[in-house]
Amino acid sequence: MADEKPNVALFATCLVDLFRPTVGFAAARLLEDAGCEVSVPHVQTCCGQPAYNNGDRKDTRRIAAKVIKAFAGYDYVVAPSGSCAAMIRRHYPELFKDDPKRAEAAQDLADRTYELVSFITDVRGRRAVVARHDGSCTYHDSCSGLRELGVREQPRTLLRSVFGLDLHELPDSDVCCGFGGTFCVKYPEISNRMVEEKVKNVQETGAEMLLAGDLGCLMNIWGKLRRDGVDIQVRHVAEVLAGMLDRPPIGEIKPKRDVPSWPPASASVQD
Amino acid sequence: MQSTARRFKQNAHEAMADAPLQKALGNIKHGFIQKRRKAAARLPEFEALRDQAREIKNHTLAHLDFYLERFEQKVVDNGGTVHWCRTAEDARRAILSVCRLVGAKTVTKGKTMIGEEIGINDFLAEHGITPVETDLGEYIIQLRNETPSHIIAPAIHVNKEQVAEAFRKEHTHLEPGRLLDDPPQLLAEARQEMRDKFLAADVGITGANFLIAETGSSVIVTNEGNGDLTQTLPRVHIVLASLEKVVPTLEDASTILRVLARSATGQEFSVYTTFSTGARRADDLDGPEQYHVVLLDNGRSDMIGTEFQEMLRCIRCGACLNHCPVYGAVGGHAYGWVYSGPMGAVLTPSLIGIGEAGHLPNASSFCGRCEEVCPMRIPLPKMMRHWREREFERQIRPTVARTGLRLWAFMVRRPWLYRRLTGFAVHMLASWAHGGARLQRLPMAKGWTAYREFPVPEGSTFVDQWRAHQRQILEEELA
Repeated sequence: MADEKPNVALFATCLVDLFRPTVGFAAARLLEDAGCEVSVPHVQTCCGQPAYNNGDRKDTRRIAAKVIKAFAGYDYVVAPSGSCAAMIRRHYPELFKDDPKRAEAAQDLADRTYELVSFITDVRGRRAVVARHDGSCTYHDSCSGLRELGVREQPRTLLRSVFGLDLHELPDSDVCCGFGGTFCVKYPEISNRMVEEKVKNVQETGAEMLLAGDLGCLMNIWGKLRRDGVDIQVRHVAEVLAGMLDRPPIGEIKPKRDVPSWPPASASVQD
Repeated sequence: MQSTARRFKQNAHEAMADAPLQKALGNIKHGFIQKRRKAAARLPEFEALRDQAREIKNHTLAHLDFYLERFEQKVVDNGGTVHWCRTAEDARRAILSVCRLVGAKTVTKGKTMIGEEIGINDFLAEHGITPVETDLGEYIIQLRNETPSHIIAPAIHVNKEQVAEAFRKEHTHLEPGRLLDDPPQLLAEARQEMRDKFLAADVGITGANFLIAETGSSVIVTNEGNGDLTQTLPRVHIVLASLEKVVPTLEDASTILRVLARSATGQEFSVYTTFSTGARRADDLDGPEQYHVVLLDNGRSDMIGTEFQEMLRCIRCGACLNHCPVYGAVGGHAYGWVYSGPMGAVLTPSLIGIGEAGHLPNASSFCGRCEEVCPMRIPLPKMMRHWREREFERQIRPTVARTGLRLWAFMVRRPWLYRRLTGFAVHMLASWAHGGARLQRLPMAKGWTAYREFPVPEGSTFVDQWRAHQRQILEEELA
C-alpha cells in the first residue's frame, strides 16, 4: 500500500475559490509533486466558520454535515488554509459531540484533514521543494494554523529549500493581523489598528514579498499595504513553494488592461 | 461599578485616539510578554505545572460546596468569621457592619478586584468611612478618580507626568516646588504619605489570591508589601474574596503559585506571598484582633454546570490581557467594567448580563493567544463563542446581520446555487473595478474598505477553472 498514491481531495476554501484560484493550482501542484492523486470535489463550498464564529451553531452543523458528505471516501482532505483545516480538525468533532452517529463521521473527516504545508512535510515527509525565487520574503504565522494545528516550522523548512530565496523573520510574526473573519468588518477600527501594526513589522523586515498560509490574512495585509501605498508583493506561501511566480501576485492581476478603452470593447466577448 | 460596556465601540474609538494611553499600551509588548516567555522557558516543568493547576481547580469546582464549608469551619475554629454574600449589596453591607462595629473612620485597602466589582470605596465614603488604597497603582487611580485598566497593573494607562500631577494636587501640604520627575521620587512620596495612613487605619481590607480549605488561610501576593501592612496593622482584617478562590490544601496553593507570578509579571515569585490564618493569637507580637472573610458569589455559582464553569479556574494573572491584540489596541477602560481583555470578555457577561456586555465576546479575532498563555488552560475563545451562541439564540444581534448570515448559510449548503452566485459575484466585482485589480470602495463592505483596498477576483472561480482545466487535459488525451 505504501507506494500507492494517496487519493487527496483538495478543499480550496471559499476565499481561494472566489478570489485567488492561483493558490488552488499551486496547492494541487505541490500535492502532485508530493506523490498524491489530486481531486477537487465540485460540491465544495465553505467550511462554515462565519456561521460558527457568529454563534449560529445550527447552520454550522448543517454546513458541516454537507462538508463531511462532500469529502467522504478520500484518503486525505487538504486545504491551503490553517483556519479552514482547523475548523474541520478541531471543531467539527466538537459540533457533533451530542450526536454519536455524526460524531464518528466528523471525527473520521477530522483525522483525514490537513493544512497544506504541514501535510507536505509531516504526512508526505518532504523536507524540500524544487523551486527558485531570487528575492527576499518574510512569513506571517496565521493564528489558527499556528495555535490550533502547530504549523510553524514546516513552512520555514520548505521555504529555506527554495533556491535563491532569502527569508527574513517577521517581528511578532505570531501576532494576529486583525483579519479574524467577520471580526474585521464588525470591529473595523480595531482590526485596522492591528493590521497597521502588522504592516509596520512587515516593512521593518525590508523583504520584497510577504507570505502566509491563509488567504484571509493575506487579503487583509495586502489591502492595508496597498491603501498605504507600500510596494510589497503579497502571495500565498504555496505559490512560492510550487514555483508559480509567473502569475502576478495578489491584487496585481490586470486582466484586460491591454484592451483599449475606446472604441468600447463591448462587442468583443472575452473569456 | 457602573458599566459602559454597551458603548464599547465608542470607548475603543476614544482609546485609540488617546496618545498617552497608546504609548503606555506599547510598553506591555516589551515588558510583560518578554518576561513571561523567559520565565516559562527557564522552568522545564512549566507546562506540566499548568496541567496540575488546571486539575486542582477542576477538582475544587466539582466539590465547591464541600471545600467552602470546610474553609469556613477552619476559619471559625481559628476564631474568625465568614460572611456568605450572595450579591454585591450583601458584601457591601457585611463590610459596613464590621466597620461600624469597631467605629472605623479610615480603612486601608490592598488591591482587590472584588472591591471594584462591588464598588466598596464609594459605598464606604457615602457612609462616612474613608477608604485609602495602598497599592501604588490603585492609589494613583484613586486620586485620579478612575477605575483600574488592568487587573494586575491598575494604573498601566497612566504615565509618570500624570502621576506627578495627581500627587501635587492631593499632597498640598508638601513643598510645591519639589521635584517629581523620576519614578523613585514619586515612589518615595507615596511611601511617605502612606505610612501614617497605615498606622491610623481602623480596618484593613485585602483581597485574596487563594483561600485554603485545610487551614482556613487567605493568601495574597504583592510586590510592594502594602498588603502585609494593610492586614497586620489595623485592629480588623477583612478579606474580600469571591468563592472560586478556594483550593483544598497548602500544597495546591503552592502549585498554582508557581505558575501565577511567572504568567503575570514573569517573576518566579512575587516579592511578598503572605498567608493569613485568623486573628492575632495570645503569644503573637502583632496582627489584627478580628479576622473576617467576606465571601462573594455575585453570579458565580450560576456558572457552575454551564459551559462557562471553566472560567472559574481563572487566577487573575492578567496574561490573557497582556497577550491580547485587542486589549493592546484599546486598553482596559474600553471594556466598560471591572474586568477587561479575554477574561473580561467571558466573565463580564456572566456577571452583568450578555445584553449589557454583548460587545465584549464579539470583539475578538479568535487569534487564540490568550488560551495559549493562560496558566489555567482556560479555553477563552471557545467560551467567547458560547456567548455569541447565546446571543444568536436570544436574537440579541441586529436583524440585518442575522438575516445575512442565514441567507449565506442557505447558499453554502446548496453548491449549485453557491456556484452561480459566486460566479455572479466575480462578474460584479470585476465590472465595478473597470478592469482594475482592486477596489477602494465597496458599498457592501464599508468596514473593510474604510481602511483597506479590496481585491478583485483573479478570474472565474477555482472550481470552474479546475473543471475547465480537467476537461482540457481529457480532450488533449483523447485527441
